[in-house]
Parts: sequence; C-alpha cells; structure tokens
Amino acid sequence: MSQPNLLIDNLRVSVEGTEILKGLSLNIKGGEVHAIMGPNGTGKSTLASSLMGHPKYTIDSGAVTLNGENLLEMATDERARSGLFLAMQYPSEISGVTNSDFLRSAINARRGEGKEVSLIKFIREMEQKMNVLDMDESFSQRYVNEGFSGGEKKRNEILQMMMIKPKIAILDEIDSGLDIDALKIVAKGVNEMKGPEMGVLVITHYQRLLDYIKPDFVHVMMQGKIVRSGGPELAEKLEAQGYDWIKEELGIEDETVGTKA
Amino acid sequence: MAQELKENLSRDLITQLSNKKNEPEWMLNLRLKAYDLYQELPIPKVDKIKIDKWNMDQFSLIPGSAAQEKDLNELPEEIRTFMDKNTEDRSVLIHKNSEAVFKQLAKELNAQGVIFMDLGQALKEYPELIEKYFAKSVAMDENKIVALHTATWNSGAFLYVPKNVEVEFPIQSIYLAEEEGLLPHIIIVAEENSSVTYVDHHFSNEQSETVVNNSVVEVFVKAGAKVRFATIHNFSEHVYDYTFRKALVERDGTVEWVIGEMNDGNTVSNNTSILKGSAASAFVKSIFIGTGKQKTSFTAQVVHEGTHTVSDILSHGVMLDDSTAIFNGITKIVKNAVKSDATQAEKVLMLSEGARGDANPILLIDEYDVIAGHAASAGPINKEDIYYLMSRGISKKEAERLITHGFLAPVVSRIPIEGLQDQLENVIERKLRK
Repeated sequence: MSQPNLLIDNLRVSVEGTEILKGLSLNIKGGEVHAIMGPNGTGKSTLASSLMGHPKYTIDSGAVTLNGENLLEMATDERARSGLFLAMQYPSEISGVTNSDFLRSAINARRGEGKEVSLIKFIREMEQKMNVLDMDESFSQRYVNEGFSGGEKKRNEILQMMMIKPKIAILDEIDSGLDIDALKIVAKGVNEMKGPEMGVLVITHYQRLLDYIKPDFVHVMMQGKIVRSGGPELAEKLEAQGYDWIKEELGIEDETVGTKA
Repeated sequence: MAQELKENLSRDLITQLSNKKNEPEWMLNLRLKAYDLYQELPIPKVDKIKIDKWNMDQFSLIPGSAAQEKDLNELPEEIRTFMDKNTEDRSVLIHKNSEAVFKQLAKELNAQGVIFMDLGQALKEYPELIEKYFAKSVAMDENKIVALHTATWNSGAFLYVPKNVEVEFPIQSIYLAEEEGLLPHIIIVAEENSSVTYVDHHFSNEQSETVVNNSVVEVFVKAGAKVRFATIHNFSEHVYDYTFRKALVERDGTVEWVIGEMNDGNTVSNNTSILKGSAASAFVKSIFIGTGKQKTSFTAQVVHEGTHTVSDILSHGVMLDDSTAIFNGITKIVKNAVKSDATQAEKVLMLSEGARGDANPILLIDEYDVIAGHAASAGPINKEDIYYLMSRGISKKEAERLITHGFLAPVVSRIPIEGLQDQLENVIERKLRK
C-alpha cells in the first residue's frame, strides 16, 4: 500500500454564495501531523467539512486528491471509503442504532458483501480500543452519541477513527469542551494510531492540544487562506504572543471571512 | 356453519350463536343489548380519515370453538417459529381463525393458580370471573364497532394472574387469520402485586380472504401489579383491522403497551389507559409503517385520574408510498390529579412525497399542579444524520435504512420473545424494501 498523500490545491469554497475558502493549498502525507490554527471564523471548519463533502458547501475551484484520486468527484461515503476520516465538532445522535452496529456497518461497507468482519473479531477489537480510550463497555450497546456528554462524544469519534483506520484523519476541534484528563485520553488514542499508514490534520484554536498531539507542521489560517506555515515553534509563538503579530505583518485588521463572526 | 353476517345479522342469529356455544344467559343478553346498540350508534368519526365506506360488517361469522388439543407438530411452521424457544414449558394459546387449536399453560403457573385459556372455555369454567370483567373496561356503547364486536365476538383469550404471583416467562397468544371475520376478545386480569408479560401476534396469510378483524383488549391492573402487553398486528392488504384496547390501572399499578402496527391494510387502532389509583403509571410505545394506499388512524390515550400518576406515550411512524396516517396522542389530566407527570412524543418519518402523516399531540389538563410535556414532528430523515453516517463510509441507502430501523427500535427491543422480535424485524425489512 502506498503512503497516504492528500493534496489540496488552491481550493475555493463558498456557502450560499459567500466565498469562505479563498485558494487554500496543503499537502499531508502518511506519518505527518499537521495542525491548522487560527481564530474563530477564519474558515477552519469549512475546510474540514468541504473535504468530507458536506452538502452545504460548494466547491468553486481547485483540486483535492487522495493518492491521486479526485476526492471532489466523490460522494461523502466514497470519500470515506477512499480513506478520509473526519472527527466532527458536533457529531449527530442516531437514536435506536447501537454504537456497535454502526461501527460494524462502517467497517463492512469497506469490505463488501460476503467479506464481512467476524463478530468475535470485531467485538474483541472494539473492546481493546475502548479500553485505550477509557470508555465503559456499555458504550458499545448504547445508541450512537445519544445522551453522551461532550467528552464522551469526542472519545466516540476517536474510537471510530481507531476502528476504521483511515489514511487521512481530520480532527475538527476535537479539544473543544474537554477537560485536561479527557484531552489526554483523546490524544492517547490519536498517538496510538500515528505511523506511516496515516496522516493527521488537527484543527484547533488552542496550543494546549498540541502539547499532547505533537505536530510536525503548523499552519495559521486567516481570511480563508493559510497565511503562515512552520514547525512546532510556530504554535509556541502563537501561544506566547497571540495572533496579532501575524495580522500586523499581513496588514489586516479583521482576520475572519464571510459573514462577520 | 358460515354465516354471511350483513344480510342475516339479527337477534335470532345472535341467539343461535350464543346457544350453540351454551353460553350463560347473561352473555346472551349482553350480546343482544350490544346488537341493539350496534343498530343505533353512528359510525365513529375518525379524525381526517373517512371510514364510512370501510368494510365493517361484511364477513362470514363462525361461532368459534374451544381448544381442540392438537399436536404442536401438526401446526404450520409459520406459527411454530414465533414461539418461545427458551422453554418447553411455555404458556401459549393458538387460534386459527376463530378456533382455538392449541393451548398450553406452564405447569408451575397452573400450580400457582394462573388461568390462561381461550375465552369461550373460560366462560364455561369461570363464568363468574368473566361476568365480572367482560366489557367492563371497553364498554359496548363506546362506538358502533365495539358494539358489533361485543354482539358477535367469537374467539379470544382469558389470562388471570392471582395476587402476588410474578410470572417470569411471557404468556403468548397467536392468531392466524385465513378465511373469515375474526372477533377476538382478550381479557387480562393481574391481581394485586402480581406481574405478567403477555405477547400476541395477529396475522394473515398472503392468500387470506379474511376481510375484517374487530378485536377488543381489556386489561385490569390491580394495586401494585405490573402488566406488559406486547402485540404485533400483521394483516395483509385486504384486511380491515379495528382494534380497541383499554387498561384500567389501580394504585401503584403499571401497564406497558408495546404495539407494532404492521398491517398492510386499513386500520383503526385505539389504545387507552385509565390511571385510576394514585401513583399508577402507563407507558405506551408504538410503531407503524404505512405502505401502498393504506389508511390508518392511530390513537394513544392516557387519562390521569389518580394523584402522582405517570405516563409516557411514544409513537413512531414511517410513511411510504401513498399511505396516510393520523397519530393522535391524547393526555388527559382531570381536576385534583395533582403531581401527575405526563409526556408524549409523536414522530413521523416521511419517506415518500405521496405519503401523508399527521402527528397530533392533544393535552387536556384540568389541574395546575402537574408536569406535562409533548413533542411532535413529521418530516424526512435529518440530512445531517445521513451525512454523519456517510462520513463513516456507509452508503446513503444503508444510512437511511439504519436510521429508520433505529427509529423503530423502541418497540422492537421491547418485544419479549426472540422469535417474534426477529419476525418483527423481518416484517419491517420487507415493508421498507417494498
């Protein structure tokens, strides 16, 4: 299997006629951890959702390929089966569908008819991953995200990632609403998966998460574009000095894009 | 001796029917009184659906007969698959049309004084008990359909659980309709502090010519008793199904209704719980799938009469093709039923442009010191939910299937017999694929 390679080239995306992403380019390879940072309203979550194919977003121009395959031509489920995964900021609650049935459907969707995962093997693996994430056994039989606390939902997203084993995982504000202990657990799950088989894109406001998931590359997003890229030291500088110095260097006052935040 | 009812239904025919079965005189008188009411009462008005043209009384009436013990292995395979496989010592009563063809009561329950048999036989063996309860919860003057039922009922079951007896395994009853009108009357009495789960399954064969099912269910929950009543109705397209169920619940008693309306034909289903004593409770869970041109009126009603009474109604419908359904949830809290707590939710998933589904929550509250809440919605599957499942690699079609099954899970998961639960899953799968 070739090393995962997600290539985003000059991507322009709009929502209901308003352009949000204004020519964004990024290359993520297996084994790399990229972090996109930036204040609210700069287009970070739009990037995540439009990569996954959320129907609300219109791709105006640009290209996105995963290992040479054109993702933009694919429906959301095909993108997922090609190896893209998005841990969502606000995951849906699916009443009446157990976590276990949901995950088994997701895994079997990749394997095809007649090649379904054996139940025993599946349960064993799920138990092991839940153990890593410090999730109670009962979560496998609970309905997907229904009645879960914020932290439990985030852990459930990481559990899905660990079971599905994507080529590229995007974590959209996985740290929001988490206390430090929950954050450590989530990071532990991500770090367990790290390796040449998977590239990671972490989207966050805060440096805090990057203490536990160490990025190789840090990008700053403003006005729908990546305006600065660097190594982990860039995140530290942002933590110490905030975003104003970048705005000054760029000569902008309002870093947001589209409708005012 | 089949009798075409409409032309011939008369005091004479009813007298013949009753005499043929050697019924006590009070039952004959009751039937005749019901017959008079049937003549007088107008066709009930059903919200937004015209039922005047529906077949109510065109069917052949057979008196029905008491259990002719048959060997279980002689019964059709389709019946045997529904039976509880966890035990040989099961309690089950099987009707084929109006005839009771098999009955068995677990030995232990027999020793504890539990009674479970077809209603015709119970009328012979326990006439005073039947007289005490028959038509005492679903009154014959409620409407024309119930009056007709009371005049002509020809099969059914009687389940009696004595004081303090807790029945562990579900008591089961099966009704297979093949060729005639079915008029089963089911009475369940749970004495003080007893508990029991009853589950039944009413269905017809594909080739069935049965045109009318008119059934009545009466449940009496005494102080501190618990009754779970689970039922699946699975009649084919040309069967009209009218079912009226009512539970009277006394102090600290609980009734739980689990209702799977899986008919392919037109249906009027009415379900009522009267919380008479304080701290009585009722929980109603029902699911429905509308297909073809089917029209259905579904009413779940709870009346809070006692203080500190609790109720919850959950009603989920999936509408396909050109089907129409009205879901009425009625919660009534009378004056002085203080500290009552009532919730209800009707949700309808619209999966076809041609379908129509109305969810009507109705709260009638005459007391201030209560908690009452309701939710109602009708619409397509939430797009964000589909997107979420698709983002995990699940196809759109499979995502819709999973969400729809999940929507129906509150009832499926509460069906107490595995074989029957599987059967319900199969029916759901078949209906959704149509």
